[in-house]
Amino acid sequence: MPDAHAIIIGAGQCGLAMSRELTSRAIDHIVLDRGKVGQSWRSERWDSLRMLTPNWANLLPGMTHSEPDGYMTSGNFVAQLEAFAAVSKAEVRTNTRVERIAQRGGLFEVHCDTGVLIARSVVLATGAASRPIVPKFAHLMPDEIVQITPDKYRAPSDLPKGEVLVVGASATGVQLAHELRLAGRDVTLAVGNHVRLPRRYRGRDIEHWLHATGVLDQTTDELHDLGRALKLISPQLMGGRDDVDLNALQALGIKVVGRLAAARDGTALFSGGLAHLATAADLKMHRFLDLTDAWIEENGVIAPPPDRPAPTALPADPALSRSLEDGTIRSVIWATEFAPDFSILDMPVFDRRGRLVHNGGVCAMPGLYVLGLPFLRRRRSHHISGAAADARDLADHLASQIKGRAAA
Amino acid sequence: MTQAQTSPVDNGVDLAALLDARTALEGAPEAAQFTWRTSCEWVEGVHSRSIIESFFGLGEEQKHTKAFTIEADHPPQFSASDEGVTPVELVLSGLASCLTAGIASVAQNRGIQLHAVKASVEGDMDLAGILGIDSDVRNGFHAIRVNFDIRADATEDEIAALVAQSQKRSAVFDIITNPGNVTVTVG
Repeated sequence: MPDAHAIIIGAGQCGLAMSRELTSRAIDHIVLDRGKVGQSWRSERWDSLRMLTPNWANLLPGMTHSEPDGYMTSGNFVAQLEAFAAVSKAEVRTNTRVERIAQRGGLFEVHCDTGVLIARSVVLATGAASRPIVPKFAHLMPDEIVQITPDKYRAPSDLPKGEVLVVGASATGVQLAHELRLAGRDVTLAVGNHVRLPRRYRGRDIEHWLHATGVLDQTTDELHDLGRALKLISPQLMGGRDDVDLNALQALGIKVVGRLAAARDGTALFSGGLAHLATAADLKMHRFLDLTDAWIEENGVIAPPPDRPAPTALPADPALSRSLEDGTIRSVIWATEFAPDFSILDMPVFDRRGRLVHNGGVCAMPGLYVLGLPFLRRRRSHHISGAAADARDLADHLASQIKGRAAA
Repeated sequence: MTQAQTSPVDNGVDLAALLDARTALEGAPEAAQFTWRTSCEWVEGVHSRSIIESFFGLGEEQKHTKAFTIEADHPPQFSASDEGVTPVELVLSGLASCLTAGIASVAQNRGIQLHAVKASVEGDMDLAGILGIDSDVRNGFHAIRVNFDIRADATEDEIAALVAQSQKRSAVFDIITNPGNVTVTVG
């Protein structure tokens, strides 16, 4: 006999949203978490972090916030998750680490450090960003250079005195560069592909326009090139009023260089293609702002006139290399890439490149579901605000499978 | 994409073949492994002649429809015979051709009719590098500028996006802007 019909792995926004959906369909289930509710928000975020998006965009179903236009800290968000878990009466087994999931005779065996649980269905809600990825050449950095990934970084004092090389200019990289610079550090930011957005546009937080124009609700069917969308990089935004695009960061004295292409012979080598990436990011930003302007006009919305950000200005001659041995750069933050971690799945559900195969969160193995990945079903799928709709869709699918079995 | 295929836009790019190749190679990663080659023989002075004919790809040896010859030399200002362009000019030409091919392909894919595409490329070099006058000066270009003059049935932003996408997918742009490992052996 199964221990529960479904087991949800991960008690974050996705796992708890799924629990609520299953409860409302009277499907018995257990939520497991390796730590406490919202564990990655507790242990894998830096101290000063505020949510990228305003509080109104991060409300879990049925929750409210006294400051809808503010930006929560991760601690605030954990409190919201706990309140949500309590209200939705989720059965969460904390401090239960899942080590392996196998499939036998139509049932899932969930091997935990506390024992084995059996279920007909498994929902993976462990997050899109549980595994930091560093470039292959990271091990070629000189031993004297302290290397850290953002999930381990807490505050500037974690890093040795001296210049910091921040690698990657997504939301994480630009925020860490910003924080380190304000703490008085010399900072060089290596900029690869990036997404530029202004914090505010035409009198509103940019998130307002992302919601209003329906961009976040685009579904995977509406996309030209899903492969490209899946590689979407988090935009250069920070919770608060400050812009953290390359212009703003350079105004603070942060040096920008091209993508870190290699580290060899004690030298960091940067790509010479920075101007191209900055131009491409400006073009993409303006495409979204064009769409916003058109939407404002079509809907007759009263808004201040367009206040387009200035083109990205770059130094005439960005550095193509920096010594890693002359004692100037003392540490490197790899804000390069995060990937989900599905290594607990002991079953053939991956493609040739090791990616979990799924169609809108429904995996090829009947009964296996995944939540919270970029563009799982819609553009907002990996946002906090994306959890509810995706969980509802997948709970519908899961419930229909039960009906199908009952009918058979 | 189907929309682009049925559109009357014709830049002379066989888009269907390109898209088919992309689909085929996605499923057969071995076939996507190509090796490009040239041979180059010293003629006299700083004049050399390259012959380009064969390459490897799609799992087997391949050939151009004919062998191409490229003369490289240096101008009289370098006391040379000027039987061909300099190797560094070939690099600039390679960059321009690669980006231009990209623009045509991307335009076809996006349903944009091109009328004229002209690239002007300049590379700045301080000869103190190659002449060994100053070891702090690099041998190669310290700056390369490409300017495109494009006439097409598209807005300014669409043309800018074409040029951006062609850089994103350009082999030569990548070769020039990113470091790579080069091994030179003898015998």
